[in-house]
Amino acid sequence: MAGGIVSQVSKSGSSDVSPAKPSLWYNPEIRGYVAQAVVAIVLAYLFYEAFHNARDNMLAHHMPTNFNFWNNIAGFDISQTLIYFNASTSTFGRAFFVGLLNTLLVAGLGIVFATILGFIVGIARLSSNWVVAKLALVYVELFRNVPLLLQLLFWYNAVLRPLPSPRQSLALPGGAFLNNRGLILPNPIFSANAIWLWLALALGIAVAYFYRRFARRRQAVTGEPGQVLLVSIAALVGFPVLGYFILGEPMHLTFPVLRGFNFVGGLQVYPEFISLLLGLTIYTATFIAEIVRGGITAVSKGQREAASALGFSHSQSLRLIVVPQAMRVIIPPLTNQFLNLTKNSTLAVAIAYPELAQVFMGTVLNQTGAAVQIVFVTMGVYLAISLITAMIMNVYNKRVALAER
Amino acid sequence: MKKIIASAIALATVSVAALPATAATTLDTVKSRGVLVCGTNPGLAGFAMPDDKGNYTGLDVDVCRAIASAIFNDPTKVKFIPLNAKDRFTALQSGEVDVLARNTTWTQSRQSELGLMFTNVNYYDGQGFMVRKKLGVASALKLDGASICVQQGTTTELNLTDFFRKNNIKYSPVTFQDADQTVKAYDSGRCDAFTTDASGLAAERVKLVNPSEHIILPEIISKEPLGPAVRKGDDQWFDIVQWTGFAMLDAEEAGVTQANVDAMLKSDDPGIKRLLGTEGKFGQTMGLTNDWAYRIIKNVGNYGESFERNVGEGSPLKLARGLNQLWTKGGIQYAPPVR
Ligand SMILES: N[C@@H](CCC(=O)N[C@@H](CS)C(=O)NCC(=O)O)C(=O)O
Repeated sequence: MAGGIVSQVSKSGSSDVSPAKPSLWYNPEIRGYVAQAVVAIVLAYLFYEAFHNARDNMLAHHMPTNFNFWNNIAGFDISQTLIYFNASTSTFGRAFFVGLLNTLLVAGLGIVFATILGFIVGIARLSSNWVVAKLALVYVELFRNVPLLLQLLFWYNAVLRPLPSPRQSLALPGGAFLNNRGLILPNPIFSANAIWLWLALALGIAVAYFYRRFARRRQAVTGEPGQVLLVSIAALVGFPVLGYFILGEPMHLTFPVLRGFNFVGGLQVYPEFISLLLGLTIYTATFIAEIVRGGITAVSKGQREAASALGFSHSQSLRLIVVPQAMRVIIPPLTNQFLNLTKNSTLAVAIAYPELAQVFMGTVLNQTGAAVQIVFVTMGVYLAISLITAMIMNVYNKRVALAER
Repeated sequence: MKKIIASAIALATVSVAALPATAATTLDTVKSRGVLVCGTNPGLAGFAMPDDKGNYTGLDVDVCRAIASAIFNDPTKVKFIPLNAKDRFTALQSGEVDVLARNTTWTQSRQSELGLMFTNVNYYDGQGFMVRKKLGVASALKLDGASICVQQGTTTELNLTDFFRKNNIKYSPVTFQDADQTVKAYDSGRCDAFTTDASGLAAERVKLVNPSEHIILPEIISKEPLGPAVRKGDDQWFDIVQWTGFAMLDAEEAGVTQANVDAMLKSDDPGIKRLLGTEGKFGQTMGLTNDWAYRIIKNVGNYGESFERNVGEGSPLKLARGLNQLWTKGGIQYAPPVR
């Protein structure tokens, strides 16, 4: 009997050798599908049970089990909002979006700044200048090894809060002020035709882009490098400035003035936001720096030697030969850091910056009692942000990846 | 993120654990566990505050000690779980604590939406503001444009919005999760004003670097009836927590104190006899012994004693009895009779 099974198995494994029709049961492909189906059914059942059990338990505990709260009036205020929010007319649902946008704002800016800083420090780590290299090393070791939460509390409690009160504000150049209520900047006010300003800027971007393409092509043909940087700056600055005067100054700045408790008429950047952005940037940049350093060292020395043999300057060889190749090594772990930064932004709960976790899992959860729903939605949002970031990075990764021919 | 994961795990446990409600009553659970699990404030002078040995004292703490006395005749059989404003209701709903005695305001939505029942009011309070003297502000109505530090997940957060909206003045809230952070932020000048229950203002004031540089503004902008809460669905447990509070008030009204309670056992006053269990079987109807109230007074004292010791003249807070005086003495503390 046993022998029979063995021989059958070997038959199904090599159907081209044996002409006998093997039993479906022993077909590895079919077996694979069956196994997967069983796992899927068991999982679905577990989810179904967990869902029902949760619902029953919540009902037994008199907890809300639906999303009716979403359209109820919030009744609480949020200090820093990117969209209109009014405690007496806005809903809990809108509070969710306020929190989400605040998360995206700090994570987006954090990613940009951390990347720039990380690249600079990563390259500095490899500098032949001893002082620069050691400074970069100290920075990385210092900020990489102190827990982020402590760093946030440090920036918030030890650096930004001891700043002077509004009446003793530090005056910065350009009409800005710094005090323990944050950074108060002149506020740009746009008139109706300011849309043309943005169009002028878009035009500038387009000109810069096409000039770069043109210059590259021409360089490939004639070897003449062209003035990409100069032309880009001229286009990006020139068009909006020109537009500004042609349109009769459609934008003006209102300068903050001290009235009552604080400045009015300016654009206030709150200390909670500044400390979170500072903390996330400085912390994440240390990891990015190490990734960049690793990526650059991974590019073989021969490449650099070849570049200098061809007459490339040091910075040219870095910009045109080394970094593009290093990118292939850098992108995947860089994506990880972007995801970490986004998730770490939830530490804002410790320093009162109203991002998603603070507003939605904090006040909204407490005021509505819909704990299960709110936690799931929040987890779903972070999952979605992470997946989207990873997707974008994967697309970029494909573009820089070695094209194998 | 860790917080999210922690909450998710906590919730998953709630979701997957079998229904406990049908299994045993809260009283049975407490008895078989041998201790009462009580959700309290992590540290609010006068209400709940651990000393350097970890012993909690305070007006809210006494509520829990009194319940433990009624059940075990031992005020130390309580495990205190410190809860911040934001997490307290989830802790009660999920069964992590048996009772929540954490300066919690009785509101309609907390009762009807969160599935909680408030049993009684152990402190009638109202919301106030504190500002630095040197600001020269004498009224909350003069706070137009001010930054105000406030704790998340409180009625305070909502009343603040109402007050400023009603008076058509602007403000900028800075919302913290813990009381400590809120107070520190105010103290360091991040905010012009700090707002919470008036009792909380008095309690937090002592934490400031220079308490004398701050004043409490005259306006009381809300009603904050603070009291213990239990989960809905266990009426016997509700009765026990509620009548523990009432017994302490009835004892004060009848002049029964921690010192004289033993002598009072011989009293002929029928009211005192019913209260102390020398007549009738009132304790048994709640699943307790008939000397349940005697145990409470003996171990913890009556309401007035608890008040004076924790928040009144005998304490650093020196709060006046005010509304919390007995109804017979001009206050509104009033308990139904044991009969
Ligand atoms: N009674 C209000 C407020 C209660 C409250 O949380 N007060 C604060 C400010 S005094 C507090 O006790 N915080 C102590 C803490 O969370 O550590 C409510 O029930 O929402």
